[in-house]
Amino acid sequence: MTHVQRRLAFFVPAAALLAVVLGCGLTRLPSFGLPHSEYARYITEHAPAQRHVSNIVSSVVFDYRGWDTAGEELMMFAAVMGTALLLRSGRDEERRRPTDVMTSDAVRIAGAGAVALTLLVGLWTIAFGYLTPGGGFQGGVVAAAAALLTWVADSYRRHRAVTPATLVDAAEGLGAVGFLAIGLLGLVVAGSYLQNVLPLGIPGTLTSTGTIALLNAATGLEIAAACVLIFAEFLEEYVVTVPGPTPEDP
Amino acid sequence: MSVYPYVVAGVLFLAGLYGVVTSRSYLHLGLCLTITQSSTYVALVSVGYLSNGQAPITQGRTPGKPFVDPIVQAMTLTDIVVSVAVLALVLSLALLAQRTHGTEDPDRMREVRG
Repeated sequence: MTHVQRRLAFFVPAAALLAVVLGCGLTRLPSFGLPHSEYARYITEHAPAQRHVSNIVSSVVFDYRGWDTAGEELMMFAAVMGTALLLRSGRDEERRRPTDVMTSDAVRIAGAGAVALTLLVGLWTIAFGYLTPGGGFQGGVVAAAAALLTWVADSYRRHRAVTPATLVDAAEGLGAVGFLAIGLLGLVVAGSYLQNVLPLGIPGTLTSTGTIALLNAATGLEIAAACVLIFAEFLEEYVVTVPGPTPEDP
Repeated sequence: MSVYPYVVAGVLFLAGLYGVVTSRSYLHLGLCLTITQSSTYVALVSVGYLSNGQAPITQGRTPGKPFVDPIVQAMTLTDIVVSVAVLALVLSLALLAQRTHGTEDPDRMREVRG
């Protein structure tokens, strides 16, 4: 009996039992498409007036359930730090890795346009996160994709030049600390963690929503930096940097 | 009354778990874990769905149509991003396993070195 067969012999009865429990639980959920919880109804009715948001999901992420998001931010931070620590400590310099290649002029010029456009979309998604669909989580990932595109379109050296490790590490920490600090500001000034302490502004403008706007920006910074950091750590495994990248075409 | 989306979530969950159990590589294990996690997105978004509803965004809303549940959507979106970071952590462990033991098959890594 192989290891897999032995594991399956244990898994199949356990999974059958789990399937029954899951089936009972899931089929007793509110029917698909029918009106839902009182909590959701309360938030959709009151969020626009209470928090001056037009994207209600953002008010849930950064205000009503802001405490959960603080946990998610720390989870993200811990996972990224773990990845960086594991990969940085055991890096093997001896191994043969593909060398850094410089792409052709055509790819570089088209890539420059793509990087600018992707970065703009990312920053836009973060900035208008509480007004239109988007927010720090989604926009952060798009902005990080712009940084990764510099590697695809140019060279690894260029990618590291625009995203120096010290800057990315600092931005990641600043985003996470910023989120917690804005929450503490609410605790100190208004008596409860993540309580809004800033003027709410005119609904539908970028200066509205008080702390949601700041928390959204801090999240965008942290997520973008975290994704860039993950890319950098794995690319460092894959690409070897040479003093001058060799051109692809002779 | 429709339970179909919940059935999809249940099947995804069990399929992902099956993959984790029979996995012969940490790389494969990480991907199966992500599939297991995706089942929660399907379950969450299905719970919040509303027939004839609209996205919970007040700008440009159609009057008279109810909003779908914004709470489960918020949970799903933060979860997706965090799952990427967790997958990165699993992949870095796979890389380390490959480097120190020369294999990413958990069954072939018999000895534990301190």
